[in-house]
Amino acid sequence: MATRATTPVSRAGQLEHPAQAGSVSGPPSAWDYFADRAFRGVAQGGVWVVLLLLVFILWEIGGKAWPGIREYGLGSLTSTTWDTNLNLYGFLPEIWGTLYSSFLALLIGGFFGVVMAIFLTQDFLPPRLAQVFRTIVELLAAIPSVVYGLWGLFVVVPAIRPVADWLSGHLGWIPFFSTTLSGPGLAPAALVLAIMVLPTVAAVSQDALRLVPYRVKEAAYGMGTTRWEAILRVMLPAASTGIFGALVLGFGRALGETMALAMLIGNSNQMTLSLFSPANTLAALLALNFPEAGPRQVQVLMYAALVLLAITLVVNVIGGIIMALASKDPTRK
Amino acid sequence: MRALSFPNQDVLAGKPLRERGEGGPAVKHRSIALSTVVLILSLLVSSPGGAQDRMRLTGSGASFPFPIYSAWFKAFSTKHKSITVDYQAKGSGAGIQDFVNRTVDFAASDAAMSDTDMAKVPGGVQLLPMTAGEIVLGYNISGNAKGLKLPRDVYVGIFLGKITKWSDPKLKAANPGLTLPDSDITVVRRADASGTTFVFTQHLSAISEEWKKGPGTGTTVNWPKSDKFVASPKNDGVTATIKQTPGSIGYIEFAFAKFSKIEMALLQNKSGAYVAAGGHGGAEALSSVKLPDDLRAWITDPEGAKSYPIATYTWMLFYKDNKDPKKAAGLRELVEYCLTEGQKMSEAMGYIPLPATVVTAVRKASSSIQ
Repeated sequence: MATRATTPVSRAGQLEHPAQAGSVSGPPSAWDYFADRAFRGVAQGGVWVVLLLLVFILWEIGGKAWPGIREYGLGSLTSTTWDTNLNLYGFLPEIWGTLYSSFLALLIGGFFGVVMAIFLTQDFLPPRLAQVFRTIVELLAAIPSVVYGLWGLFVVVPAIRPVADWLSGHLGWIPFFSTTLSGPGLAPAALVLAIMVLPTVAAVSQDALRLVPYRVKEAAYGMGTTRWEAILRVMLPAASTGIFGALVLGFGRALGETMALAMLIGNSNQMTLSLFSPANTLAALLALNFPEAGPRQVQVLMYAALVLLAITLVVNVIGGIIMALASKDPTRK
Repeated sequence: MRALSFPNQDVLAGKPLRERGEGGPAVKHRSIALSTVVLILSLLVSSPGGAQDRMRLTGSGASFPFPIYSAWFKAFSTKHKSITVDYQAKGSGAGIQDFVNRTVDFAASDAAMSDTDMAKVPGGVQLLPMTAGEIVLGYNISGNAKGLKLPRDVYVGIFLGKITKWSDPKLKAANPGLTLPDSDITVVRRADASGTTFVFTQHLSAISEEWKKGPGTGTTVNWPKSDKFVASPKNDGVTATIKQTPGSIGYIEFAFAKFSKIEMALLQNKSGAYVAAGGHGGAEALSSVKLPDDLRAWITDPEGAKSYPIATYTWMLFYKDNKDPKKAAGLRELVEYCLTEGQKMSEAMGYIPLPATVVTAVRKASSSIQ
């Protein structure tokens, strides 16, 4: 009760001396309690809605996939034949293609993304210029997938053709170069995919590097390290958890990428190590076969969707575990 | 509710809002509620067909005739102030599915409609062939050899993955005037399930026992496994890939090859003659097959010396019982427009105009749309 009595006084004081506003305080009102609880309730509700939505999606896909799973079981996961006339549906090549193309993309995109993050955060550029670069890299994320696909088809494929021809001609004994590039294939798909995951990797890695306290770097310089030693031995390890998170996010993005890959990967049901062979991915299989799918095919496609979900989940869980292990390491040492 | 009894209590957060007037929270709540109601109402009002009182006919299905259908429907909607036609090119299979679920007023399909699907529609289905098209083999050979001739066994062999070089003796024998490179043949096929693939594989099955027993007929088939078989989505994707890939060959709809200026092979027909697409060969092929009463006919391997070998009708599907006489009248009007004005556009857009006898038969059948 006493506090309420003081309220008008403090209010008047505040009006006269705005500079002292910080010192004015009172207990939270009933309305504040209500607003606080309401906000918490809404936030909590939002979380539950998202979780329920995920369960609902899984339930729906699983329910529709169930007849297909019962009919084909593990056979679909190990067979390489997709023949609608014979009702044979195997998507092992798609699983392989999804993982292989995403891995290649991450290898390239991850490398350049991290390098770019170092370049933009470690005082190589004046801050304003760095901001311009950052914006440009982030703009890459705003380009629609179809545009990437077209660009890949009309620019990347002709550009890498001479290189691919030389590699397959001279180094054909290496399994990665064992076939000639005929147009769409793993190499152009992985290159374009690498550019698509680049903004994700670069942006998250930059945040990770910027979060390392500046004094850590200063301490490294104080120890007499060169700039590169400071970056490679101190900054990168200190930001490694965040950078690893960036790579996992990038891999997740690559796994689910659909349209650009559907246009570039060649959509051929084969498993191959060769970078110049056509391959296929789960996402492309789903996107391209749904519109004309019969009832049986829909079940199998739902099954494939479930497998894609499972792969994404497994990748994220493994990433989480490795991240947890990696973040423990420095404290143990 | 205690909050309402102390509206003027002073706190740090949210002060400006509170200073707007007495009963701040209550007013705020009321205005939020009000604006929500307004929003929902406006959504409800705006969704069905806008402010005007136009009848809307929606259709979905085949993408093969989409260019000409969209031209027709646009012209029809401009001409008939009271009717708007919307068409979504989702693919024949999706169109049939929509049609069976009654989410559209009509559908379109390259593969007509099977008896089992037709049985699912109470009241019956009227299939009407509305236009026809040719499927061509577009190619890209370095040196830009024009007028490549493909014998029947050769193009089957190429798509079976048995003939793999442009310098194959059989190809050379058929094309003595051309210098064919010693490079691999890259076959470009459709990646998505499609009516175009269905018509093409149906033709291959008709002319080759080996194809019939191997890949067979379907909207997707099990293609030979080879590094030299690549797939692209939709007609546009295949067209672009052929253009970008030296030494490639692929099947596309005539209009796509025509407008992107891809070289088209002359195909050998049943009587042994080589016929180019785009001339009168398509019309000849159509007239070689007599339409049955249900207007479902496949031209798998047309007779006649001038016939182009791979041609097909494409159908619109209508309900015989529309449960709405006004809508049925609108649909009949649409069919009539497509049969008269529409056919005049066909040739310029790369489709085959329907023969006069077919137009008469379709007009007669359209009266069953009620």
